[in-house]
Amino acid sequence: MTPPQADVDGGAGPADVAVELRGITKRFPGTLANDAVDLTVRRGEIHALMGENGAGKSTLMSVLYGMERADAGTVRIDGRDTDFASPADAMAAGLGMVHQSFKLFDSLTVAENVVYAAEPRRFGLVDRAAARRRVRELAEQHGLFVDPDARVGDLPVGLRQRVEILKLLHRGARTLILDEPTAVLTPAEADALFAVLKSLAAEGRTVILVTHKLREVLEGSDHVTVLRDGRVVARLVTAKTSADAIAAAMTGRAVQLDRIHAPGTPGEVVLDTTGLSTDAVHDITLSVRAGEIVGIAGVAGNGQSELIEALAGLRPVTAGRVTLKDDDITHASATERRLKGLAYVPEDRHAVGTAPAASVADNLAMGHHRTSLSHRGLLPPTSVRAHARRLIERFGIKASTPDVPASALSGGNLQKLLIGRELAHDAPLLLVEQPTRGVDIGAIQNIHDQLIAYRDAGHAVLLVSAELSEIRGLADRVLVMYEGRITATYDKTEADERTLGLAMAGGTSARVEAAD
Amino acid sequence: MFLDSDLLLSALRALTPILLAALGGAICERAGVFNIGLEGMMLMGCFTAVATSWFTGSAWLGVLAAALAAGAYSLILAVGAVTLRGDAVVLGVAMNLLAVGLTGFLLRTVFGVQGTFDDPSLAGLPLVGGFTPLTYLSWAAVAVAAVLLSRHVWGLRLRGVGEAPDAAATLGVSPVKYKYGAILTSGVLCGLAGAQLALGNVTLFTENMTAGRGWIAVVAVMLGRAAPVGVLLAALLFGLAEAAGFRLQGLGLPQQATDAAPYVVTLGALFLTTARRRRRIRPSGAAS
Repeated sequence: MTPPQADVDGGAGPADVAVELRGITKRFPGTLANDAVDLTVRRGEIHALMGENGAGKSTLMSVLYGMERADAGTVRIDGRDTDFASPADAMAAGLGMVHQSFKLFDSLTVAENVVYAAEPRRFGLVDRAAARRRVRELAEQHGLFVDPDARVGDLPVGLRQRVEILKLLHRGARTLILDEPTAVLTPAEADALFAVLKSLAAEGRTVILVTHKLREVLEGSDHVTVLRDGRVVARLVTAKTSADAIAAAMTGRAVQLDRIHAPGTPGEVVLDTTGLSTDAVHDITLSVRAGEIVGIAGVAGNGQSELIEALAGLRPVTAGRVTLKDDDITHASATERRLKGLAYVPEDRHAVGTAPAASVADNLAMGHHRTSLSHRGLLPPTSVRAHARRLIERFGIKASTPDVPASALSGGNLQKLLIGRELAHDAPLLLVEQPTRGVDIGAIQNIHDQLIAYRDAGHAVLLVSAELSEIRGLADRVLVMYEGRITATYDKTEADERTLGLAMAGGTSARVEAAD
Repeated sequence: MFLDSDLLLSALRALTPILLAALGGAICERAGVFNIGLEGMMLMGCFTAVATSWFTGSAWLGVLAAALAAGAYSLILAVGAVTLRGDAVVLGVAMNLLAVGLTGFLLRTVFGVQGTFDDPSLAGLPLVGGFTPLTYLSWAAVAVAAVLLSRHVWGLRLRGVGEAPDAAATLGVSPVKYKYGAILTSGVLCGLAGAQLALGNVTLFTENMTAGRGWIAVVAVMLGRAAPVGVLLAALLFGLAEAAGFRLQGLGLPQQATDAAPYVVTLGALFLTTARRRRRIRPSGAAS
């Protein structure tokens, strides 16, 4: 595939340029993270910087924001050459960055977070009334409403992000950099964020959006710069491009996005629950058959994780009954369930799914240690490594050797490791949560293909995902969870995005009509 | 009457060294440094106060020297835990052990005695209205620390540093500076605590004379949740326990039993508060 043509640039006088990077080169031991990268961002636009993990987006933004020094190249802000030694310097020049993992003080209030290190003062004391007023003013002005007295640690993620943005606006940031801002947001929160970003751009501020999500780039940005392997491979005008073209530029090959896979051929019931309840979910009755993927859609926090935990044996069941191939497992331990034929891909691959400090081989052995790998209670290192090599090969995990720690793998590879390990159990039932969160397009395709192949081999799969396109592409049946209950069930053909979106927002169709 | 004004007065006297040290510990805690070297810093303060007072004849110079010496001693923690990123707990324990050995050794080399140095002409701190000036200072310090921590720009930045040093650094606030400041402040406060103990509560130096007061101060920091007023209340509880111990001794209980009073109270208080905190944390923790 030839990369798409650069079809933009030119026509921007120096006065219109907010950020101009020229020839940025940054080398880390063993990798050339940025190779003579040019980036021009016009004042008042939303500019998307795209690329897969490891393409060099983060490094480029670190250079721009004074967190890393470039080996070569120049940074110009508002037409002036700069040389930032720290983020504080960058802030002083009117830049502001919202990091992917928020840089907030959980135990402090919203107002304290916003004014931190730029406090309004009275006699050396923090003028709390003025701080509160300032937050309210900024909130009013930009549609970023948050209670100034709330403790940041108590706020949901979407509001925390608002606090981050308010913090930058308080400091007078004219250019805002947002790193993967929607990774943690619900669809509604993401929409609200884009409305705010558009109004910020309309008032003359500049927004740089670092992301690998195509849809929001198409909806929300003016220009796109695509990086691959540390180089700029495309500069595009959003209005004149397509998701396929951007994806092709990011991956260097044609990618088919949002495929809707053909439905499976369901057999006998594998998992069956009747009136299942825990502290957070109520009266869940569902069944998953062999050769079928059942998808659970819902806005995060509506009981999906708790339901899966209850099914995996990690959360006590308070009422109801769960059977796995006609065995009652309602109160069975996680180990018993696994021995009876359940595999589980948890949503948090770093904290729950893998042990980051342990080697790839050890991580791949976990769970298999009590079955295929155990030899009279011992784990022969040769079998463990052979097992690891087999899975690395089979699932295309990129690891230099089985002995490197799992933390050395990229997010996508770690997810492949986790999913491969669980698929290798060949268990009749697979529980899988957010299989492709934060994973590259290429790896997403691979993971989806693996799940479909697993289903077609006659296994039952229960899938929880916050990505509607993923649910629609994979699931044979879709259940919607809202406030701890299953509120709707759809067949593959009925489950279009609008229907699901409404149901996820708590509107069974009847309630929506009443509200209209 | 068991609980009378005398008991309260003796509780307030017993309270001062614990309170000063605990305030220092609280400031460190807020800056994200777990300082369990309070005991050792305080002991350095005791010895320096007595030695300086003896050689200069001025209790006030003793106080000043104690503050400086313990402040300097606290640099071990600052350099070790902040600059060299060592483990603050290990460093703190080492500092406590080192202080016992070092002061015992100095007692022998400087004064040529073992165990206790005690002389009628050793100048102690004057009493004003029944208390040493350091006691009043400790009360003022509670108020000052409370206002600084909760209302002053420094306090806000210090709390931010303790909570999320990376976040503070991106906003141009140096975590290293604030942590050094907090540790040095705790050193100076522990020096004052030692001076109060050796020139106020008594007028002598005896080996390991802090006898766990620095540890109790650490507990007071936890019980008081590192808030100056909370720390004051927690320290007051221990002061009362210590005073009550003396009183019980007067009533004929064996000394070994009454000496244990503050420590028993410490254990009890820890049990009660952690049990209560658990219960409060559980339900919200499960929701996420």
